[in-house]
Amino acid sequence: MIDLENIRKTYESAGRAVNALVDVNLNIREGEVFGIIGRSGAGKSTLIRMLNLLERPTEGSVRVDGRDITAFSDAQLREYRRSVGMVFQHFNLLRSRTVMDNVCFPLRLSGMPRADREARAREVLNLVGLSDQAHKYPGQLSGGQQQRVGIARALASKPRLLLCDEATSALDPETTQSILRLLGDINQRLGLTIVLITHGMDVIRAVCDRVAVIEGGRIVETGQVLEVFLHPRHDATRALLSESGLDGGEGWRTLAQGVAGRLLRLSFRGDSTATPLLSRLSRDLGLDLSILQGSVGRIKDTPYGQLVVAAEGSGAALEALAPALDAAGVDYEVLRP
Amino acid sequence: MMANVDWWMIGEATIDTLLMTGFSLLFTVLIGLPVGVLLFLSSPGQAMDNRIVYQTVAFVVNVLRSVPFLILLIVMIPFSRLVVGTALGVQGSIPPLVASAAPFFARLVENVLRELDPGVSEACRAMGATSRQTVLWALLPEATTGILAAIVVTAITLVGYSAMSGVIGGGGLGDLAVRYGYQRYQGDVMAVTVVILVIMVQVFQVFGDRWVARLNRR
Repeated sequence: MIDLENIRKTYESAGRAVNALVDVNLNIREGEVFGIIGRSGAGKSTLIRMLNLLERPTEGSVRVDGRDITAFSDAQLREYRRSVGMVFQHFNLLRSRTVMDNVCFPLRLSGMPRADREARAREVLNLVGLSDQAHKYPGQLSGGQQQRVGIARALASKPRLLLCDEATSALDPETTQSILRLLGDINQRLGLTIVLITHGMDVIRAVCDRVAVIEGGRIVETGQVLEVFLHPRHDATRALLSESGLDGGEGWRTLAQGVAGRLLRLSFRGDSTATPLLSRLSRDLGLDLSILQGSVGRIKDTPYGQLVVAAEGSGAALEALAPALDAAGVDYEVLRP
Repeated sequence: MMANVDWWMIGEATIDTLLMTGFSLLFTVLIGLPVGVLLFLSSPGQAMDNRIVYQTVAFVVNVLRSVPFLILLIVMIPFSRLVVGTALGVQGSIPPLVASAAPFFARLVENVLRELDPGVSEACRAMGATSRQTVLWALLPEATTGILAAIVVTAITLVGYSAMSGVIGGGGLGDLAVRYGYQRYQGDVMAVTVVILVIMVQVFQVFGDRWVARLNRR
């Protein structure tokens, strides 16, 4: 649906050229939830703004359905932007207008008659669960409710693409989860493509299908969320994972010093997560297994788990371990032979 | 006490001051508001970022603001004759009052717009709004309370300036204060005009503040 090709963005700052984005190539598919994760200053904010040209690339092209939107005239660009919804970290609602007027705003821009736009606004307010707040002002609502208004506003003009600029970063954890559930729900029900940026791996884990990791203006890793979580390839990804406490960190290393045997990292996904693998291995192969670290969770709808275990036993038993893991469909990595 | 005070005359002068303030406020807003919006929009980084327009308008505004009002009153005499037919009385005072207050008000409007959350403009851009739609439907409504506060400040400034125009025969309370209080040494007339001016400013401020507070949605 969207192809970013060789994007470079350079700012002039204090007489010096600063690269915000370098060699960015990205493909976003119709109907997916695509996450872009990075630290502040990594360039993710600039990157998401390339998708509706709030920021123009210095070099490279942004293709949407094969058409290069950087070549659009002002009028074409406005038309295009009306088919793209955007949700902001600080909501960016009109505080002098009611919830209803805020949601109607994009429809008013495109010249829809009042009765029609109010009917449409009621539909989307219903969708985000705020149908009873239409007459209130944003200042009277909680942060989570304001973000729901922001989402309703973004959805009002029936966009094909929804951009979320740190949509949950200003919200508490509980509200974050409810907003993420709403986004996931919208993606499922409306088949809407969603691109979101965040600095939190938990956000990626909760809703995204694919993820790109950005650091220093470069995309350092892209892939299915599950793949990236279980097998991070880049240091930046590992750092983000361990900061979120989602990979369990490196705590096993200190424990491992006091434990004998072979050290393995086992990665489960899907149905294998809930199987009694360790007790079976222990019984069948006569191994002593101790768990040094572990986490079990869910990535979107797929359960996954990761364990660091120490295996002690006879040479033959250890030999048999690898085939047994393969047979069980569990990925493993030998951390210490 | 109050031997020299002709209350009928005071009443007429009060009405004249109110007329001068009212009409010059009206024209000040009509001229200053679009100029303020223009200053904001053409400033660096805004929707219509244009160095030449911004510098030119800013220069005119700065020149008018830096000329002392008393000088402006005199310089504007030929212009006032041309526009309103006289340089005297209530009518003659309005052109210099507007020429002085409109640039001041324009700067206040520019500041109010600059203080708005830039996220609102960004959201409008993301929704495909034109600059015109952004200003008329989003920025000005968001800036309403700030602009009202600026109008109150300007009105109060105009009360003071309208009194000053008494020096060149401008009419109103200032004119009375100059001709009776100053030139004829009638201290009581002077005192009464000052008290009325103080009350006028107080009333503007108190009602203005209430109005702003009532409309504030923050």
